[in-house]
Amino acid sequence: MTQPTTANAASRGFLTEGGKYPGLLGWIFSTDHKRIGLLYMYSVLAFFLVGVTLGVIIRLELIAPGETIVSAQTYNALFTVHGVIMIFLFIIPGFPAIFGNLFLPIHIGANDVAFPRLNLFSWWLYMAAAALILISLFTGGGPPDTGWTFYVPFSAQTTTNVPLAAFGAFVLGFSSILTGINFVTTVHRLRAPGVYWGRLTLFVWSLYATAWVQILATPMLAITLVLLILERLLGAGLFDPGSGGDPIMFQHLFWIYSHPAVYIMVLPAMGIVSDIIPVFARKPVFGYWAIAFSSIGIASAGSLVWGHHMFVSGMSDMAILVFSLLTFIVAIPSAVKVFNWVATLYKGSISLDPPMLFALTFIFLFSIGGLTGLILGSAATDVHVHDTNFVVGHFHYVMFGGTGFAFFGAMHYWFPKIYGRMYHKKVATLAWGIMFTGFNILYFSMMILGLRGMPRRYYDYLPEYTDLNRVATVGSWILVAGLLLMFVNLIRGARHGAEAGGNPWGGLTLEWTLPSPPPAENFATIPVVDHGPYDYDRVSPPHE
Amino acid sequence: MNDSGPPHPHQDDTGAKLGMWLFLYTEVLLFGGLFILYAVYLQRYPREFAAAAGELNLALGTANTVILLTGSLLVALSVSAIGRGNCGPAQGLLWGGAATGVLFLANKYIEWSAEIGHGIYPGSPALAQRPPGENVFFGLYYITLGLHGLHVLIGSILLAVMAVMTANGSIRRDRFVVLENSGLYWHLVDLVWIFIFPLYYLLL
Repeated sequence: MTQPTTANAASRGFLTEGGKYPGLLGWIFSTDHKRIGLLYMYSVLAFFLVGVTLGVIIRLELIAPGETIVSAQTYNALFTVHGVIMIFLFIIPGFPAIFGNLFLPIHIGANDVAFPRLNLFSWWLYMAAAALILISLFTGGGPPDTGWTFYVPFSAQTTTNVPLAAFGAFVLGFSSILTGINFVTTVHRLRAPGVYWGRLTLFVWSLYATAWVQILATPMLAITLVLLILERLLGAGLFDPGSGGDPIMFQHLFWIYSHPAVYIMVLPAMGIVSDIIPVFARKPVFGYWAIAFSSIGIASAGSLVWGHHMFVSGMSDMAILVFSLLTFIVAIPSAVKVFNWVATLYKGSISLDPPMLFALTFIFLFSIGGLTGLILGSAATDVHVHDTNFVVGHFHYVMFGGTGFAFFGAMHYWFPKIYGRMYHKKVATLAWGIMFTGFNILYFSMMILGLRGMPRRYYDYLPEYTDLNRVATVGSWILVAGLLLMFVNLIRGARHGAEAGGNPWGGLTLEWTLPSPPPAENFATIPVVDHGPYDYDRVSPPHE
Repeated sequence: MNDSGPPHPHQDDTGAKLGMWLFLYTEVLLFGGLFILYAVYLQRYPREFAAAAGELNLALGTANTVILLTGSLLVALSVSAIGRGNCGPAQGLLWGGAATGVLFLANKYIEWSAEIGHGIYPGSPALAQRPPGENVFFGLYYITLGLHGLHVLIGSILLAVMAVMTANGSIRRDRFVVLENSGLYWHLVDLVWIFIFPLYYLLL
């Protein structure tokens, strides 16, 4: 390898070169997939911090029974907007739009995605939708108070600004669909010579499966939201029992999208975990094809289980039985992944750098989230814990403990590649430890509260729930302290960190053959790939 | 399609068409949500659906079916004309295709005006007096056909843009994937109608 391992001091790769226009315009009108990825990263993280703030206020209200700092109506708006922002603006676009954009083309040896201008358009749609959602908070009847699920009949009747927020989510769906189309086409058309399907990284496999879910499920959300908006504007009564409609149909249509959507959220996280573990265990991944196909398996089986959100909504027992069975089936490919990761670690030469700690945390927290998911997937137990804090705890274990921690892992893994600098590793490890502690204190308490019968979405509770609610609120402070430390460390690292070099972790995938940060045009000549992404038994990592 | 020797280094017609097909899947699923509602409510209110469907104007519906199928034919012919390098005829065929869309919408305007004149529209007091099943039928009817009409409008505009692009030479014999994709979109609009027409006008 004769390339320089670090971009020379004056030029910091795509961060400084490329783009037709100077300054900020060179970013917001750039069709470079890496710049678009970073645009997404900054905007998505900004909304993440807003969502975190709302979450902390929710926890603060729950520190004592009765009205503590906000009124009941404000509380309803808080958990609705927290959910809408975290789901639609953070976690769904999070992985595909940020890290997919940044690294999917590089992983397959391409210089960009198949439709670069469409890619930029997706980001603009995302920003337009975010603006719509923000406007909906301050106009009309005030912020929506329906919960992020927009269930009828309440969403059709409440005076708050539901239509605009729903329209914002509709536009976000469009953005998500276009990203999915772009990624599927890119994987099919732009693989470099030698990158056949068996040499795709597992991250790309997971993005590929995710992209299909984005394409096939999101339209269902679009039509559901359109129907909700029309219901409010025209009053056709399609979900109104008084006019012959059925509110359960809204729930069906909504979950036909929104359950597969949780796989949009978690599949790419599983992908990055599959990529991080072999690098830090210095071993070929165990069961490549099993992991790759389990992504496809989760995507397909996961599209057939939406009814498990509706066990107590009024479905036939037969439907409940079928949906419950299918739900258990999704656990199989998920467990296949967990076992393969653990088998990859076996007899590996493990280094516990920050990305690896986050990846291992994913396995631990996701397993708790997954196993508690089985309690919810089995109809008999679900009846007892439905709509309690147990569901909230489970969901945050899967989404925050799973996807969230994998997201932070991806940030720490690719940070030196993106910025060419390294963050302070000890501080990163400390931040990880604080977050891990705070996380478990916060959400495990919520699961216990739920098992004891505390309902979700209530701003008040009976006195016997006080102690654990206090514990959970303290947990939220610890978690936020860890988050802040992590972000401060990363921002400092991006500005003042030591030069990272081309391949600080000893990865075998294609991004590590490039200088850090990568040049504007990724590959001067399209590479010819002659080994798989995890062949540690055959090849030694570049630049080491 | 041959893949050899694209005139522009980044041109990938197969990729562009793959992307378009994926987009069309999303359109099918968008309408799919409405067809699911149709299926469920038909099963619940078979008699009311039949009674309400009997009030639709079958003649106008049939005319619109013929109009859309003609439009699809014109667009298909324009694609093969471009493939042979006949830009002049292709341009005329595209304007013809766009015109069928306008004709379709004009027909729809006449049809809906009459129905709205009878007090039949979503949320109308007249519908509220009728059995709930009929209210649901007309609610679905207006929303499904309205969404389809919006697609016809978009498709017509697309075809007009294609005609202009053919005239100014942006669409050529060696570079017409954008026309093919617009044609695919138009065929999809047609295809959705091929399901809507029997479900609402004929079967019941």
